[in-house]
Amino acid sequence: MSGEWLILGAVGLPLLASLLIWLTGGSPNQRETVTLAAAVTLFVIVGSMLPLQLAGAPLRVELLSPVPGVAIAFEVEPLGMTFACVASFLWIVNSVFSIGYMRGNDEPRQTRFYVCFAIALGSTMGLAFAENLFTLFLCYESLTLSTYPLVTHHKNDEARRSGRTYLALLLGTSVVLLLPAIIATWVLTGSLSFEAGGIMAGKVSPLVGGILLLVFMYGIGKAALMPMHRWLPAAMVAPTPVSALLHAVAVVKAGVFTVVKVTVYIFGLDYLRELATADLVLYLAGFTIITASVIALRQDNLKRRLAYSTVSQLSYVILAALILSPLSTMGALLHIAVHAFGKITLFMAAGAIYTAAHKTEVSQLAGIGRRMPWTMGAFAVGALSMIGVPPAAGFLSKWYMLLGALQVEQFFAVAVIVVSTLLNAAYFLPIVHAAFLKPEASGGQEPTGPGHGEAPLPIVLALVTTAAGTLLLFLFPGPALELANMLVGR
Amino acid sequence: MSGLAAHLPALQVVVPLFAAPLCLLAGRAGLAWLIVFVASCLATATAAGLAYQTFQHGTLSYPLGGWAAPWGIEYVVDTANAFILLLVSAISTVVLMYAPASVDREIRQGRRHLFYCMFALCLTGLLGIAITGDAFNVFVFLEISSLSSYALIALGGHRKALTASFQYLVMGTIGATFFLIGVGLLYMMTGTLNMADLQARIPAIQDSRPVLAAFAFITVGLALKAALFPLHLWLPNAYAYAPNVVSAFIAATATKVSLYVLLRFTFTIFGAKFAFLDLPLHWVLLVPAVIAMFAGSFSAIFQRDVKRMLAYSSVAQIGYIVLGIALSSAAGVAAALIHIFNHGLMKAALFCALGCIFHRIGSVRLEAMAGLGREMPWTMAALVAGGFSLLGVPLTAGFISKWYLIEAAFEAGLWWLVVLVVLSSMLAVVYVWRLLEALYFKPVPEGRAAVAEAPLSMLLPTLLLAAANIYFGLDTRLPVEMAQSAATILIREQIW
Repeated sequence: MSGEWLILGAVGLPLLASLLIWLTGGSPNQRETVTLAAAVTLFVIVGSMLPLQLAGAPLRVELLSPVPGVAIAFEVEPLGMTFACVASFLWIVNSVFSIGYMRGNDEPRQTRFYVCFAIALGSTMGLAFAENLFTLFLCYESLTLSTYPLVTHHKNDEARRSGRTYLALLLGTSVVLLLPAIIATWVLTGSLSFEAGGIMAGKVSPLVGGILLLVFMYGIGKAALMPMHRWLPAAMVAPTPVSALLHAVAVVKAGVFTVVKVTVYIFGLDYLRELATADLVLYLAGFTIITASVIALRQDNLKRRLAYSTVSQLSYVILAALILSPLSTMGALLHIAVHAFGKITLFMAAGAIYTAAHKTEVSQLAGIGRRMPWTMGAFAVGALSMIGVPPAAGFLSKWYMLLGALQVEQFFAVAVIVVSTLLNAAYFLPIVHAAFLKPEASGGQEPTGPGHGEAPLPIVLALVTTAAGTLLLFLFPGPALELANMLVGR
Repeated sequence: MSGLAAHLPALQVVVPLFAAPLCLLAGRAGLAWLIVFVASCLATATAAGLAYQTFQHGTLSYPLGGWAAPWGIEYVVDTANAFILLLVSAISTVVLMYAPASVDREIRQGRRHLFYCMFALCLTGLLGIAITGDAFNVFVFLEISSLSSYALIALGGHRKALTASFQYLVMGTIGATFFLIGVGLLYMMTGTLNMADLQARIPAIQDSRPVLAAFAFITVGLALKAALFPLHLWLPNAYAYAPNVVSAFIAATATKVSLYVLLRFTFTIFGAKFAFLDLPLHWVLLVPAVIAMFAGSFSAIFQRDVKRMLAYSSVAQIGYIVLGIALSSAAGVAAALIHIFNHGLMKAALFCALGCIFHRIGSVRLEAMAGLGREMPWTMAALVAGGFSLLGVPLTAGFISKWYLIEAAFEAGLWWLVVLVVLSSMLAVVYVWRLLEALYFKPVPEGRAAVAEAPLSMLLPTLLLAAANIYFGLDTRLPVEMAQSAATILIREQIW
């Protein structure tokens, strides 16, 4: 199969699957088979692109041009390849988890859930492979709109309120800031293509470029740079599989992915060094990392704590991109992959706890590790990855970020990374500690009385897989590193 | 060219004109509908033929009745009005496909054939305004379309339709009279009514007071017919109380044709130098346009009657179109024309979808529509597609409009205008979302019986319009190429 068809397959397959899921909605077993089959096929398609990409074969396809000179076009490059690999692999795992969770909790409207999920994945693939900002914007918006029904899945007042926040911030920032920034880029440079080294140097004055950088950074609301982060905690009203794949991987990574794409391929690292606001964005990212971690410390609701942790971890990627050294750019790419595996594990563990024990607060988790050893074991691995301790993969990306920061003597970034690592430890380790070492708060009952055990098998299977992935990524980082090297042209 | 092809410009107007008395003679609703529908199909085919001819041969001139201009009336077709003719006749055809079921529900027996008669006249008037090359003839057709639309609006079921129609009649007549005074003054000064002659003779006397007055009268008169803020007061009631078919047709076409005439007079007859450099038309259009964008959308947010909501939204959207005109560059005029086309598509789709809802539940108030999402999924799909297009979501026609408008504003160096455009478009998100939340989130109100999907004869045209909103968001060659070529034809002197 030629490269063109592979790309079209990767983008089109989830969309086709959403249609099939809708048609088979009457029979849950058939419907879930379609989801799983689509997820596996998608991963095979994306996986088969990897060798081609590593061999340096050009993979490109151009569709129609809604605006003359600006085409809907897709091209595979290292960053997008990484993102697509991670997202498509985790879709398989998350689908297994979804089946366990949605059935275990008797959730309503499951067909709509799977349909929207597939559309969201299709948008993610399109975004990952977008050849230009125009295509990326289309997929970015379609990702927002396809996840809205998932966020408001429960259709109650809280869901509706959160849905409004979600849309207002994501649609608002993208329409008010991102779209004008893209059109301004088009008017100023006459191009929207992602090109190695950027397209702005020599065409846009540093003053205008500096303003554009800020507009881009705040326009990409999905990257959750403070104060545009509030949609992410709001999105936690969604069922946990949505939080796990979309609000720990697809949607938020789409945000930071766009940030890295824009910094590397639109501005270019050399041009960014001329801009006065590049440092400002770096400080904003540092501020977000620390502040979000502090807020996370104070959250008792487990999913909200994870959400704020995500806000903080996303800004690592922005920080790494703005350190402006090739090593830290590699760190940014690695962190997109690494954080995805770690955070999805944590969310799936939260979902497992909810399904088995109906507990949502951190303070209720004392002793739960003995009832749910697999779940909490995986949780511990995910937590270690967030902190950045070997043998979890989180160490890898932090290592590259620190190396890059030291290389260009960006000591602010070094300090932020060190302090936030301590904060990460402070809000994750007590959970692990309580779960395994504290006695169960029984409220007068015998702790050994009949209660819940592990979560349903599909859930446990899914979260153990991603936890194992977190460890394996540390032990065998080969392909990821190779892609990262390609990104910075080494 | 020979045979029938040579007479297309005349046929464009004559065919729907003759359909009107035939409807009267037919006397029966079904037959009258068939006559108008066939006439409208022929008009669409004619418009397509004319568009093709302008692409092949450039501007076409047709002396009506063989009387050569400037003594006789001349019809002139170039890409600019071929574009408008195509839009008007195509929307009319789709809306007529939709009409029978809706008219049977909303208009009393015995008046239905009169309704189709008026519809044919309205179509004739709108096509005539667009095609003619004679300034006085514009007025004649303006009156034909206006008088018939007063009658059409008055046919609405609600008693308030009568006051709405009367309000429109008063304001519309003032607008038309202003236009006529302007044309009269020009005739006094130049001795001609032919547009090409006017264009040649005005520069020599452009500083004289009557010409200045004529320009002011014509601009204000047309702005009134186009419902530019603050002259829009007739519009919300007219759209809200008219029969649904009429709302869909008029919202998509009537104001657009007036805007086309405004473009023709400003850029071709008077010339951009006179209008924008010697006179401050830039600000005269820009300020009301910006206020319209905000005031229209803001009022729309507070409407509980969805037809009124869309009517106020139209006021805002007309603001976007006028904004493009006010930029006075080729890119701005092209953006305005693209939005004229796309806004026609989205409003036709939305009003048709509302007509489907009215057909089933007899109301288009937000609270009555609660929870319909599940019961009328296809109608809702059309409503969502139209609503997304109105918001300018990517892959819909509305996005293309927004893209070109913002690009034109950037090219003119007016970045603050870009800020205003995107901010006001966020207001549209609020009112469209209020609608979608009501449809999908609110529980079904007590006492409403289960409703079925709208009849197929209404649903299919609605879906066709909704699909057009998506199609023209992907394949934009037709509107964009026509609009860009039209802009270069309309603007006879570049000022930027």
